Amino acid sequence: MADVTLRKVVKRYDDVEAVRGIDLDIADHEFVVLVGPSGCGKSTTLRMIAGLEDISDGDIMIGGDVVNDVPPKDRDIAMVFQNYALYPHMTVAENMSFGLRLKRYPKAEIKSRVDEAARMLDIVELVDRKPKQLSGGQRQRVAMGRAIVRNPKVFLFDEPLSNLDAKLRVQMRIEIKKVHQKVRTTTVYVTHDQVEAMTLADRVVVMNHGRIEQIGTPNELYHKPATKFVASFIGSPAMNFIPCRLEDIAGKLHVRLTDRLAFPLPPARAARYQGVPRTEKLLLGLRPEHITEAKPHPAPGVEAFDTVLDVTEPMGMETLIYFTLEGSQVCGRVNPNADAHDGAPFRLAVDLNNMHLLNEVTGVVL
Amino acid sequence: MTTVTIDKAGPTRKAKYGSMSRDRAWALRWSYFFLVIFAIFFLTPPIYMFITSLKSSAEISAATNPWWVFHPTLENYTALLTSNQFLRFFWNSAIVSIFVVTITMLISVPAAFALSRMRFWGSATLATGVFLTYLIPETLLFIPLFKMFAVIGDWTGIQLINRWYVLLILYPTLTVPFCTWIMIGYFASIPKELDEAAIIDGASWFQTLTRIFIPVALPGLIAATIFAFTVSWAQFLYPLVFTTSTDQLVMPVGIITTLIKGDVFNWGQIMTGALLGAAPPLIIYAFLMDYYIAGLTAGATKG
Repeated sequence: MADVTLRKVVKRYDDVEAVRGIDLDIADHEFVVLVGPSGCGKSTTLRMIAGLEDISDGDIMIGGDVVNDVPPKDRDIAMVFQNYALYPHMTVAENMSFGLRLKRYPKAEIKSRVDEAARMLDIVELVDRKPKQLSGGQRQRVAMGRAIVRNPKVFLFDEPLSNLDAKLRVQMRIEIKKVHQKVRTTTVYVTHDQVEAMTLADRVVVMNHGRIEQIGTPNELYHKPATKFVASFIGSPAMNFIPCRLEDIAGKLHVRLTDRLAFPLPPARAARYQGVPRTEKLLLGLRPEHITEAKPHPAPGVEAFDTVLDVTEPMGMETLIYFTLEGSQVCGRVNPNADAHDGAPFRLAVDLNNMHLLNEVTGVVL
Repeated sequence: MTTVTIDKAGPTRKAKYGSMSRDRAWALRWSYFFLVIFAIFFLTPPIYMFITSLKSSAEISAATNPWWVFHPTLENYTALLTSNQFLRFFWNSAIVSIFVVTITMLISVPAAFALSRMRFWGSATLATGVFLTYLIPETLLFIPLFKMFAVIGDWTGIQLINRWYVLLILYPTLTVPFCTWIMIGYFASIPKELDEAAIIDGASWFQTLTRIFIPVALPGLIAATIFAFTVSWAQFLYPLVFTTSTDQLVMPVGIITTLIKGDVFNWGQIMTGALLGAAPPLIIYAFLMDYYIAGLTAGATKG
C-alpha cells in the first residue's frame, strides 16, 4: 500500500509529446481513474507508472521513493491488461501464482493466497482450468486474481473491461469496486468510458491531448466542470452548448440566445457573471436534465419558452427530446407522460440555477 | 413495381446459387485430380526404391518387369545392417544431427527472442541481416570455407578438415539463420502484453523466455527443430567436400562413396541405404507432428 505521485511527467516519442507534463497526487488506498478519449495519453501515463515505458522528463514516486529508473518488477505493482494477458500454457492457479513462484514464496503461503483470491473472485472451481476454457469475464477475474495474490503496493488497470459485452461490463465494474473495498490497495484505473470512471472512482482525472483537464470527485466533475472538454465528456447525453451573450435589460443581467429569446439570470448567477464583458462570445452550457417540460408554478430561476421538437426518443423512464436553437441541436429530458411528439410544438423550461457559462474561444467555464 | 423486381431477382439469385455450388464441386474435382497426380509423382521414387531394395543384384540386372519382385530377398538389408561401415555412417549422421539441432536451438531461440522483443539499436537491421545470410547458397561458400579451415589448420595446428566435427561448425551456418527467422515470426505473434505481464510479475528476460515464450511458441520451436534436423541429416555438399576418410563420413556421402565403385553401382544396397537413411526423419516427423498443434496461444488474450 502506498501513495503515488507524478511530478511534471513528460513522454516524448521522437517529435510527438504523448504526455505533456502531468502532476498528480494519488493518496494511499485511493481509487483514481484516468479517463479521456483515445490518444489522450492516459494509457501511456499508466504504463509509465508501471515502468513499461521510460519517462522522458519529470519524476514518478511510489510510496515516497522516486522510481524513474526502477525496473517494473522492483516497483511492487500489479497490472491488469485490456486483453487479460493470461499465460495460455498455465492453469488458472499457476497463472495467479506465477509472480509468487518467481519470488520463491513457500508453497503453503502461495496456496493460501491463491485460494483466498479465488474465493474473493468466485473462481474457486476454475483454478485447474486453462485460460482457453474460460469465458471473457472469467479470464478477467483470473487476471485480477493474479494481481491480488501479489498483494502489491499499487494496482494498475488498463481498460480492463473494454473487451467484455455491455452487461458483463456492468457486473465486473461492481466486482472491481467490491474487491477494492476489501483489499483497499491504491488503484490507478484507465478507461475511455466516462460511466466507468464516474462509478468506480474516488477521484477522476480527465485527460486530453496529453494534459490533465481537471481532477475531481465524480460529482465535482459533473456539476462544476472546469472546461468545455470536461463538461462535454462527462455525462450522457452530453451537455448542450448554445451560443449566447450577456445583456443588461431593465437593469437586470440577461443571457441572450436569439433575437427573440433572452432569459433573466437568477441573482446568484447574475452576481457571478457581472464582470464578464457584454460583447464577449459565450456558450450557455445546460445539461439535458435541466431542460424539461414547463410546469404551471415554476421555481425561481426556471424560465419557460416555446419551441418545436425535431425528434423524440422515449427511453421508458424519461423521453429525450431534440430541438434546434440558433442552428445548434439541443437535447432535453422530459417526463414520458409530457405528451412530446416528433415535429410538435412544445413548451420547455430551462433551469438557469444549474447553468454554466463558457468562453467560446478558450473553452474555460466562467 | 416492387413485385416485378422481386420476381426478376428470384430466379437470378437461385441460378447463381446453383452455379456457385457447381463451381465448388468442380474445384473439388480438380483439387483431387492434381493431388492424386502429385501423390503418384512423389510416391513413385520411394516405392521403386523399396521394390529394388528387395531384389538381388542378379534380378536387378535381369530384363524382367522392374516394378515387380519375383524373388524377394532381405540380403541387402542384412548386408548393410551388419556392415560396420554403414552403421558408422548412420552413427556419424545421428551424432552430427543431434549436436547441430542442439547448437542451433541454443543459438537461434535466444537470438530470435532478443531480435523480436528487446528493442536495441540496430535490432531491425540485424534481423534482416540474419535472413539475408540464409539466402547465400552453400555452393558459393564451400571453397572459401575450405580455404579458411586450411589456413586455420596451418596457423594453429588445429586440424578440422576431414573430421566429422567440422560439420558442427558448418551446418549451423545453414540452420541458425533460418531457425532464427522462423522463431522471430513465432515470437512476434505472441501478444506484447504477455511479456509485459511476466515482467511485472517479476520475471527476468531469461525467465520470460524460458517460462513463457518457449512453452507458448512450442509449435514454432518444433517446426524449427524439424527443419534443423532435416537440413543436417540430408546435407550432402559440405560433408562431401570436408570429410573423406570412411570413418568420418555421414550417411548420404558414405552411401555413394562406398557403394559406387568406379562404374559399378550396387543398386540394391544403394536403394536400401537410402530407404534406411530416410527413416529417422520420417519417424521424427511422425512423433513430433502430434505435438505440432497450432493455436497454443488460445485463451491468452481476447480471441
